Amino acid sequence: MTPVIALSLFGIINLFLGFTFKRQSLQVVTLLFIICSMALTAMDWNHEYLWFGDMMKTNNLSINFSLIIQLAGLLVVAFSNGFGKDEVYTQPAEYYAILLFSLVGALLMVSFQNLIMLFVGLEILSVAMYVLTGSDKRNLRSNEAALKYFLMGSFATGFLLFGIALVYGSTRSLYISGILYNLSHTAPESLPSFLYAGIILMGIGLLFKISAAPFHFWTPDVYEGAPTIFTMFMSTVVKTAGFAAIYHILDVTFGGFQKNWIITVYFITIITLILGNISAAYQQSAKRMLAFSSISHAGYMLLTVCANQPSTSSNILYYSLAYTLATAVSFAVLMVVAEYQTGRTEKPENFDALNGLAKNNPSLAFAFTVALLSLAGIPLTAGFWGKFFVFTDMFNKNLTYPIIIAVLMSAVGIYYYFKGIISVYFNSGEIEKIETSFLFKIALWSACIGTLVLGIYPTLLKSIF
Amino acid sequence: METKTDRFMQSIPEIIRTIPLTHYILLSSALFAIGVLGVLTRRNALIVFMAIELMLNAVNLLLAAFSSYFSDPAGQIFVFFIMAVAAAEVAVGLAIIVMIYRNIQTIDIGLLNKLRN
Repeated sequence: MTPVIALSLFGIINLFLGFTFKRQSLQVVTLLFIICSMALTAMDWNHEYLWFGDMMKTNNLSINFSLIIQLAGLLVVAFSNGFGKDEVYTQPAEYYAILLFSLVGALLMVSFQNLIMLFVGLEILSVAMYVLTGSDKRNLRSNEAALKYFLMGSFATGFLLFGIALVYGSTRSLYISGILYNLSHTAPESLPSFLYAGIILMGIGLLFKISAAPFHFWTPDVYEGAPTIFTMFMSTVVKTAGFAAIYHILDVTFGGFQKNWIITVYFITIITLILGNISAAYQQSAKRMLAFSSISHAGYMLLTVCANQPSTSSNILYYSLAYTLATAVSFAVLMVVAEYQTGRTEKPENFDALNGLAKNNPSLAFAFTVALLSLAGIPLTAGFWGKFFVFTDMFNKNLTYPIIIAVLMSAVGIYYYFKGIISVYFNSGEIEKIETSFLFKIALWSACIGTLVLGIYPTLLKSIF
Repeated sequence: METKTDRFMQSIPEIIRTIPLTHYILLSSALFAIGVLGVLTRRNALIVFMAIELMLNAVNLLLAAFSSYFSDPAGQIFVFFIMAVAAAEVAVGLAIIVMIYRNIQTIDIGLLNKLRN
């Protein structure tokens, strides 16, 4: 768990570097910090350790999740461009430091062995995100998003904690290993009935964080109001960490009690798929569409949690990686276009603002198209294989009706993702050449190539996971 | 030397155990439900915030009760973590509320509806 310590130290160092360094050099330093901690993470490969009084465990699964999370952090920092040129109102050193701190929270969430660590990790991640959501202090939309995210996030934490308290009351342990031991050594009849309420409440607390319906109502508002670069962070890092935690709680710890939670989670999954996709189809704003698309992708990932097969963990990993790369690219392109269009059009984040992007910015348009195709699940992109593996899992478990709903809903998805591609390539509009930095281009192209490579050779990573 | 206060402190777990566990569970559930209702019905951001704190304190009470019934300190240690994290959350949350008050001179959450299509 050296990356946890390293990232905390790097965050503090970053705060001090803010006194002397320029914006662009801070960005490079932060990138180096994250690469360094990725290397530290990868060094534990094939070793199993228990850390911090047996409260955390590193194994290959948690290392894979940590690497995906840090990769998402790397992409976000590379896309950030030093947070613009506004010298007075943006404090890049603090933003980068908070990003590093929230990565620490995400790392705790993927490798916890004790429910205290789950709670602490979730809160480190969330409190950092509340601050970043409201970082555009003069913008009322950003303020509103921060308040909504904060109130809903702490509300969800309350549910998670009440669930943890009930689980502790019925199993007499906060350690995952202790809970598993006590559950297997007690007759199911003598377990108190509030254990089941505890499992469901913990699930609700975590499902709030990954924005599954009917707990999704904050998502579109918060995603739309937050500065785009932090929306990108939210939809990639928070979602991956949240799914790692949900998998660990529902499938690993309470997999034996599947019949007690499965109906609730099924209901939530199907509602998530239907609501997320149908509402996304109605949106005029591309950023809001991506928010609803993030809800619908939570639905697809929940399907594989419901299936609870041996391959579930690798499916979640593959899907998170595909989703992270595609979402980061689409938000990045949207961000630079919206920056260009601010002051030129009324609503710089609408689909109309993207009209005619391909004429003078073919590379941005191509990257955007690849990302949207991957999100829609078109073959030869990573998103297709992500969906394919999930549906195969469901099929192996004879869950036919959820697959039918999921396939129909991904057909709806094709409609709204193609709306973006059509406005980029076929609608007429005037967008001049948009200048982007060198790091931005590198991140954009590597994420694009990653999406295509994963789409053409899906077995490349499946063999590692 | 053992003082009167020390003896009292040591007898607290027994005092807690004089009330049946079910009562603690019912009380915490009631407090938690009041907190949830407060979050869902109140319109003032500060009151909503207080209701969330009530939910967290219901959890603290429940954890302390379980912990002294099981003679297991882990639950009470968790209570300290919850209190520390809740304090950090209060710092951030009040800052957000102050920021909103500066911009629109009210903290009524019903007035925050800029983010709708």
